[in-house]
Amino acid sequence: MTATTLPAALPEPHRVPVTSVFLALLRRDIRVAGKELPFFLIRTLMQPLLFLVVFGYLLPKMNFVGSGYQTALLPGILAVSLTLSAIQSVALPMVQDFGWTKEIEDRLLAPVPTRVVAAEKIFAAMIQGVIAAAFVLPIARLVMGPIPELTLSHAGEVLVIALLGSLAFSALGMWLGTAIAPQHIGLMFSVIIAPMLFFGCAYYPWRGLDVVPIVKYLVLVNPMVYVAEGMRGALTPAVPHMPLAVVVVALVIVSWFFWTFGLRSFYKRAIG
Amino acid sequence: MPAIETRALRKVYPAPAAPKRRRRSAQPERVPAPPSAPPGGAPGEIVALKGLDLDVHEGEFFGLLGPNGAGKTTTIGILTTRVLATSGSAIVGGANVTTQPVQVRQRIGVVPQRPNPDRSLNVVENLVFHAAYFGIPASVAVPRANQLLEQLSISDKAQAKVDEMSGGQQQRLMIARALIHEPRVIFLDEPTVGLDPQTRLSLWEILRTLHAEGRTIVMTTHYMEEADKLCDRIAIVDRGELLELDTPDVLKRRAPGGTLVEVTLAGTASDVLEPVRAVSGVLRAEAQGPVLRVYADHGGRLVSSIIQVAEEHGAPVTNISLTEPSLETLFVARTGRKLD
Repeated sequence: MTATTLPAALPEPHRVPVTSVFLALLRRDIRVAGKELPFFLIRTLMQPLLFLVVFGYLLPKMNFVGSGYQTALLPGILAVSLTLSAIQSVALPMVQDFGWTKEIEDRLLAPVPTRVVAAEKIFAAMIQGVIAAAFVLPIARLVMGPIPELTLSHAGEVLVIALLGSLAFSALGMWLGTAIAPQHIGLMFSVIIAPMLFFGCAYYPWRGLDVVPIVKYLVLVNPMVYVAEGMRGALTPAVPHMPLAVVVVALVIVSWFFWTFGLRSFYKRAIG
Repeated sequence: MPAIETRALRKVYPAPAAPKRRRRSAQPERVPAPPSAPPGGAPGEIVALKGLDLDVHEGEFFGLLGPNGAGKTTTIGILTTRVLATSGSAIVGGANVTTQPVQVRQRIGVVPQRPNPDRSLNVVENLVFHAAYFGIPASVAVPRANQLLEQLSISDKAQAKVDEMSGGQQQRLMIARALIHEPRVIFLDEPTVGLDPQTRLSLWEILRTLHAEGRTIVMTTHYMEEADKLCDRIAIVDRGELLELDTPDVLKRRAPGGTLVEVTLAGTASDVLEPVRAVSGVLRAEAQGPVLRVYADHGGRLVSSIIQVAEEHGAPVTNISLTEPSLETLFVARTGRKLD
């Protein structure tokens, strides 16, 4: 070690604004996400892409489903990729960080309340959810061709649903990622995420469940229903859908709920 | 004002979740509560700290010495705001760890027991982002990071992935990270565990330099030699309690006189305690299970007599070791246990 050039008098610590720490944490996550962009896209878009190919292209071509099905499917696929991306972008790093590598330690030492670190993680995942959803539209157009009754005239509504939905699911990802033991993370997919996707009204409109009323009301506990229905209302208003106000209120409640439990669970894991 | 002050610091970890009902048939015996369970406390609770009082002076190199499970890491955890104390208070750099954790974090740098670098970032990014979390702009952080990497002799790895570094290099990166925001107090939790002797020596050199710069350093270790060579003062802790606190020299003088001859017998040591005490030259002897501890001015000369006496009393010797008066013998005398 060479002679040091550090000042003899050590500097007095100065207060760092919370926003500047938050932005530094966010820059870190953006930097890492940028490095992993191809993997991120594969992870979040593979399943929607497969669904688009099979249900949006092959089945209509075989005449197993009517061409109207594509119109009902597209908003749902958007919801699926948003949900998957938002959950995974926070749950997987949390499981890894708290379970094995303890990598998050350097951020937990940042001079901000511990909850700020969690809030930043949720915010970063929220952005990734919106980005994943944004990739679906052009892919869908490529796979399925022109989609009848699709309108982009309610782009503002689409954005609101995407933001609220991503917030809800990244907060859920925070909760799951910090509350589930690392060895059970596989269960998270089969017990929580898979049923959520299949009963999330992604592959069929909620009103279609009129034929099975029990299921129709049971699925209302599934937050994904509101994202799918909200997207339906905003992108393909001709397809029967839930009113936007119901969707927004439901997503706000769900977000608040997951946010509360996600932050609480993170804090419990972070501080011994 | 002391750099660190703890008063009656106590930490109790809750009992681990009760075993599942169906597993009980396989293990019919309930595991008894560990001896550290508090009187009247819930069974199975682990008391990691039992009311620790410590004062660390500004600019001091302070050692926390004790075996595994002594409460060293818990103490560091509380002082670095990563563990909540059950009761008591701790002040670090003038800020309370419980009520002002953010202010405490501003003042400290932490080198963890196992390197935990951000593996998604390269080496220099690890430092520059950590600086950013402390509000230091990249224009300041980048030169400082390069200088630290230079000082720690890992500048050739600046652009490398963390996974490409050896354990010792990662440990140096952790030290650089702990220093990038120029903290006044640095905590190191067993920083030399798992390092080869050469790397350990160079780490000692680094720590001496940091100390010379006027920083307060708190280091845990279970290596006597390390504590002896580096620290201004040493706190010896065991089972969550402070046993001794003083400079290494005073502590060594406090060690019971003479060389410690530790003899492990095939029988019970208390059976041979009296005859061994009668051996000329023995200052002190104590028995603990099969282990007999004898303190003598010239331990080496007594080895054969002790073996002879033991065998005459039907307790053959299975192991024998000699330790010069040191922190180690003090520790053994105070706790009845060896350090590692």
